[in-house]
Amino acid sequence: MKSICSNIDGVIAEIKVKVGDEVIPGQEVVDVESMKSIITLVSEIGGIVREIKVSEGDFIGEDDPLVILE
Amino acid sequence: MFKKILIANRGEIAVRVARTCKQLGIAVVAVYSDADADALHVKIADEAYPLGEPPVSKSYLNAGKIIRAALESRAEAIHPGYGLLSENPHFSRLCRENNLVFIGPTPEAIELMGDKLAARRLLSAKGVPVVPGHNEPLADEVEALRAAAELGYPVMLKAAAGGGGIGMAAVHKPDEMARLYKECCFRAKSSFGKEAVYLEKLVVNPRHIEVQILGDKEGTVLHFHERECSVQRRHQKIIEEAPSPFVDDLLREKLVRAAVRCAETIGYENAGTVEFIIGEDREPYFLEMNTRLQVEHPVTEMITGLDLVHEQLKIAAGVLLSGRETPRADGWAIECRVYAEDPETFRPSPGVITALFLPEDDGLRIDHGLLPGYKVSAFYDPLLAKVIVWGVTREHVLEKIISALGEIRIDGIKTNIPLLQKILSDGSFREGSYNTNLVSRLLVQ
Repeated sequence: MKSICSNIDGVIAEIKVKVGDEVIPGQEVVDVESMKSIITLVSEIGGIVREIKVSEGDFIGEDDPLVILE
Repeated sequence: MFKKILIANRGEIAVRVARTCKQLGIAVVAVYSDADADALHVKIADEAYPLGEPPVSKSYLNAGKIIRAALESRAEAIHPGYGLLSENPHFSRLCRENNLVFIGPTPEAIELMGDKLAARRLLSAKGVPVVPGHNEPLADEVEALRAAAELGYPVMLKAAAGGGGIGMAAVHKPDEMARLYKECCFRAKSSFGKEAVYLEKLVVNPRHIEVQILGDKEGTVLHFHERECSVQRRHQKIIEEAPSPFVDDLLREKLVRAAVRCAETIGYENAGTVEFIIGEDREPYFLEMNTRLQVEHPVTEMITGLDLVHEQLKIAAGVLLSGRETPRADGWAIECRVYAEDPETFRPSPGVITALFLPEDDGLRIDHGLLPGYKVSAFYDPLLAKVIVWGVTREHVLEKIISALGEIRIDGIKTNIPLLQKILSDGSFREGSYNTNLVSRLLVQ
């Protein structure tokens, strides 16, 4: 089990993957709105999406796990 | 004059408005979201009302909660600052309906200037020059292509309900139109709630220069000189100065005449700013009117000696401008906006300020809402502080502002200070020969 974590404080604007999807390194997974800018988080790892820990509109902090891969 | 006002804003502008109120002996009511409970604007207020959860839609944009706080605190008037509810005609109207004075223009003036096409039609009919283009929304991309061919490329697509540089796209060739038209409609809809876009001729290598005006309830309008706002990134201003190094007496006369006519045409009341775009032919074209206090208002204050917030309060309290004249502009002023962002990647940098040092000196003014230990929240815009310097000559101001920026310490987060220093040291900035492409050119280097 590996997690894709946030690297910035902000609000989840869009989740671009769903449970069961295959994610490859370099793929865009989540858009976070921080200080009125949209920051696209890119996965550094690959795997199958097992769980999504957040919903759109959630506030997340730096290092919070967002997506769990296996 | 008022005895108590509510400031419906946060950050540096809420602090700045409160400062004038305190000098005048006016009690200040602050409002704050959960994220701002420890903010400077709350600490310096006489009373403070919580607005709840941090997102602006639930707090600072919640007109009902703000009106309730004003009524409960028995404030007589509301100062909206800039951004947030400042250009919302419904809020201005809601104040009126609740017998609260909105320190700003009438809802009708806000509405008219918020409709870019209505403003273009009205002002061009009254002899205010507008950018060549269309005064009606485009029906579809086929019409956009036909209109662009008629005007001649390059052209600019703009959201009819837009402003502040959002919902715009420059189109250089016909084959770019379909994609950009669709994108622009989408942005217009998501940012302003209306899909309508229209077409203007693109002004190449432009300067953005604006004129500060004040109008009173009897229709007297005065101008307070120009501000140069061409240092921008993605249409967001970074450095402003007054006067403009580009403007000579002839151009200044055209600018202030057009600005005053614009405000007179709509019977504008309170402080406002008329923005112009100026191409290589040095002809100014009306761009938009900002119906509020501008972020960069301090440079005008520094060269005129006026307090624009005091002027706003007086006008809102019914004081007239008759018998007054435009004050002489004295010396030079430059403002740098310090943002919480990485100076190279422009990634926002929210976080806790672990150490803070802001220098003090004659002719140096730093407007901010910062405290050591303060958490710069991801919920709000990244403006941390405005560093403003006044001096007798532009050279003197440049030297002093570079040195002031070098002394500032804001630890714990990243700031754009290195970028500001790079711009201030650039040859074209120093010569005053720059245009709106300055920042993108520096970033490519």
